[in-house]
Amino acid sequence: MAFQYIPNIAVKGMAACVPKKVEDNRELTLFETEDDRNKFIQATGILKRHTVKGSDLCASDLCFQAAETLLAEIGWERSEIGFLIFVSQTPDYIFPATACILQNRLGLSQECYAMDISLGCSGWVYGLSTIASLLSSSVNMKKGLLLVGDTTTITKSPKDKSTYPLFGDAGTATAVQYEEGSIGLKIHAATDGSSHKAIMIPDGGFRNFFSRDSLVEHEIEPGIVRNSLQSILDGPGVFTFGITKAPKSISSVLEYFDIKIDAVDYLVLHQANKMMNEKIRKKLKIEPEKVPYSLPEYGNTSSSSIPLTMVSQLCDPLRLRHNVIVACGFGVGLSWASVILETNKIVCPPVIEI
Amino acid sequence: MEEKFIKAFKEALELEDRTIDLTDTFRDYEEWDSLGHLSLIAILDEEFGVVIEQAEFNKLSTVGELMVEVKKRMV
Repeated sequence: MAFQYIPNIAVKGMAACVPKKVEDNRELTLFETEDDRNKFIQATGILKRHTVKGSDLCASDLCFQAAETLLAEIGWERSEIGFLIFVSQTPDYIFPATACILQNRLGLSQECYAMDISLGCSGWVYGLSTIASLLSSSVNMKKGLLLVGDTTTITKSPKDKSTYPLFGDAGTATAVQYEEGSIGLKIHAATDGSSHKAIMIPDGGFRNFFSRDSLVEHEIEPGIVRNSLQSILDGPGVFTFGITKAPKSISSVLEYFDIKIDAVDYLVLHQANKMMNEKIRKKLKIEPEKVPYSLPEYGNTSSSSIPLTMVSQLCDPLRLRHNVIVACGFGVGLSWASVILETNKIVCPPVIEI
Repeated sequence: MEEKFIKAFKEALELEDRTIDLTDTFRDYEEWDSLGHLSLIAILDEEFGVVIEQAEFNKLSTVGELMVEVKKRMV
């Protein structure tokens, strides 16, 4: 098992940005009957979703806005930021890396380490692990920006009831600092590539290059129609994966670092769907008050779901108190990771809409 | 075991007022849909502590086969 302990690292601030446009699942005509729609909403807990559809916004634009808002409040000099990590599966281009574009847009120094990480649901935890490791080994630069966001609504077929009503778009920024004496991060990370086809866009990369056939729609079953540039989601497979791996990962990191679950103030789960997340919560025997949800308002926002849930649901405790937080991301890859972190009165502006 | 299994199975797929047979092909039920499938995965985990990998689950077709698989995996 891959465990990490990265001491002297502190999360100093977080911000999140979503597109203004909202789609309401209660108004969707995708389902055969109203009963089907109600059952879906009840099981997933997803009422609304924010989407970039109809605008020209990218994940990088949402992250940029989150970062600008965060930097305005946190009082860092841009020249002090030595590391920029952008985690997304919806980058601006195939290349160059979006992190390079963001370095320039944010007016960061050219003496800045910048790179993209291609992960989804587990991405915030992996990104945190990466930037913390980099900061720990840095000789002179002590501050880093972790930008995590996705615009997956673009990748879902509007004729696919198994994916379309689940996802929303968001971009986030997390300010991470090396600081002697900070408790730091305790992490467990894992991968199962044997199930890489469970969540994927088959065409448009270099394995299956874009072709005319990529645009041909296939009916997988009634209510599930998509082309090969649109995302596949094996619901039952991912559900089985989530309810097995997520609780084990969380228990293992708590056990490994000898932290009692009662000492945890909040468990922030990747916002997959309510049915799956509640299963995970119950398995861990954690009270509902400690497990916040952003699903009703934002849906499953892929890599941004953990930071968006923290900013939208835990703004006050994050700003006002010291918290012990466990976060767990699980999904596309398949990839999963858990982190135990402590925050102490961090900067956390309310969710921005653009 | 059989009684407990049938009860859980019916609950997952909302088949409470129906008679079901171990030889039934469960994917043929009108009530079988993706949410029902998820409920079934959840209830087998909850009631029997059993999670069947997707690839294995796909090989099962009757209620009886599912029950045997669950029994096999119970500790």
